[in-house]
Amino acid sequence: MRRASAFIEDKRSRGVWLGGALVALVVLTALVGPVVVTADPNRQDLLHVLAAPSREALLGTDHLGRSVLARLVHAARLSLSLGAMAVATAALPGIGLGLATAFAGGWTDRLLTSLADAILAVPGLILVLLIAALSPGAFWPLFLGLSLTQWVEWFRMTRAASRSALASPAVEAARLLGFSPWHILRRHVFPDLLPLFGTLGAFGLGSAVLALGALGFIGFGLRPPTPEWGLMMVEMLPYWNEAPLALLMPPVCLLTLILGLQILARR
Amino acid sequence: MGRLAAVLGQRLVQAVTVAVVVSLLSFALVQLLPGDQALLIAQRRYGDDRVTTAAAEAVRAELGLDRPLALQLAEWIGQTVSGDLGRSLLSGAPVWEEIRDQLGATLTLAGAALGLALLLGPVFGGLAGLRPGGLADRTGMAAAAAFRAVPSFVLGLVLMVGCTVLFGWLPVGDSSDGLSLLLPALTLGLGLAATSARIARDGVVATLRSPFFAFARLKGLSRTAAILRHVPRNAAVPLIAYLAVSFAFLIEGVVVVEQIFAWPGIGHALTHAIEGRDVPMIQATALTLSLFLVLLNALTDLALLLVDPRRRG
Repeated sequence: MRRASAFIEDKRSRGVWLGGALVALVVLTALVGPVVVTADPNRQDLLHVLAAPSREALLGTDHLGRSVLARLVHAARLSLSLGAMAVATAALPGIGLGLATAFAGGWTDRLLTSLADAILAVPGLILVLLIAALSPGAFWPLFLGLSLTQWVEWFRMTRAASRSALASPAVEAARLLGFSPWHILRRHVFPDLLPLFGTLGAFGLGSAVLALGALGFIGFGLRPPTPEWGLMMVEMLPYWNEAPLALLMPPVCLLTLILGLQILARR
Repeated sequence: MGRLAAVLGQRLVQAVTVAVVVSLLSFALVQLLPGDQALLIAQRRYGDDRVTTAAAEAVRAELGLDRPLALQLAEWIGQTVSGDLGRSLLSGAPVWEEIRDQLGATLTLAGAALGLALLLGPVFGGLAGLRPGGLADRTGMAAAAAFRAVPSFVLGLVLMVGCTVLFGWLPVGDSSDGLSLLLPALTLGLGLAATSARIARDGVVATLRSPFFAFARLKGLSRTAAILRHVPRNAAVPLIAYLAVSFAFLIEGVVVVEQIFAWPGIGHALTHAIEGRDVPMIQATALTLSLFLVLLNALTDLALLLVDPRRRG
């Protein structure tokens, strides 16, 4: 049994490196890619459609002669920035409200908790789909929908974790000693919450990127010619035989990111 | 019995809240949608090229879209409360009639996926958990991690292309036979199976390490007897609790997978209704899917009460 647990711990520390490396790879692609790959992701070249990899287009071209590599790196930037923005705008109110209700309690706590329960009971993607339908193909409704579904998770987890932190003897002592709520928050509650925030952030980023891809794939996300992984997959599906690389690369990028985030979130 | 009533009461309250949230949201949504509602409905009914202003006006008068918004909302709330979700704006048929068949198709798909997950997950997870750190554990859990990372639409894509390459044709598009159920069910079920394998594995490991398992061995039970007696029930508790969480993913997956494989279920109806701005259909399908989730959660609560006597207290 000792052997097994040692194995698991070993695997965890290795997992962080692996997960971090996978995520870093995609983040780096999104940051540096569009600078290095100068080709316009939307420039069509109908004389060179479904071309094999060449010096001009390292991963070949798609059915409209656009560089697959250029589209990939721009899609990476798009997905990651949408995900990061959704996570940030969900995390801030979620954490703030969670902390506030854990401190204050009372009817605001009850009201917000039941609102969170109601939102949580509606499948997230359906909520996003309904809001995204407001303005089909636009970026902002998608972002709004994702952020609206995700803040609930942050709120609930923050509230639960800070309530248990606030109930600890250390916090009671600090209160009796007359320390300010801000001090208690900083010294006793926040350190407990940080690992939770890491997990929620990785998880939220992953689900936002996935939702964007899924909606693009079923035709309810961003519109062509936006370079987006889900859209690229559905566009290249009819050409799986002629240009397998162009079909293969978007899911590979997506999987790299999701796998890395999942490894990081599970820790 | 008191526990049972409390659990069911809680879920009932949740069902009502969900109904209110979804209904108000779908009403607000359709009012906020850009463009003229009547003209768009007329377009969907008569075709883009044959729609005229007169047709749009007729639609407007017929559906009462020219009345004040507050009046529309009041009437609509009254109808929803009395269980009348109205008629589809596109086909003119009562919404429930439209949804009945689709609900059947969705239940078939979700049931098949869940069955697949509950078959594969515990079997592989259990095998892995019996020897933690062993070969089955390491390969099984690596495979589970990989499958968990694969989103349903990518898995669907892989299965579609894989089938086309292997057999030269795609068994999709017809919900009547079992073969066409296979691909969507696999797409939906494999991810669930991967996670439930992970949970089952951890449950088995935890049980094997528990004091009561050690006691059962000390009492003289053989390892096999002790495992058969103690492991399934104890490992089932976290698995069932996890399933409650994963049902939300199942419902979301249904929407995506039905769209990919043109499976004529509720999820497909929802996306179709959003495209056509068919308010009653949007509301009814979103409502059905959300209430389906509440129902599934209520069923898990009951299953947990059934399996775990500690919760009945």
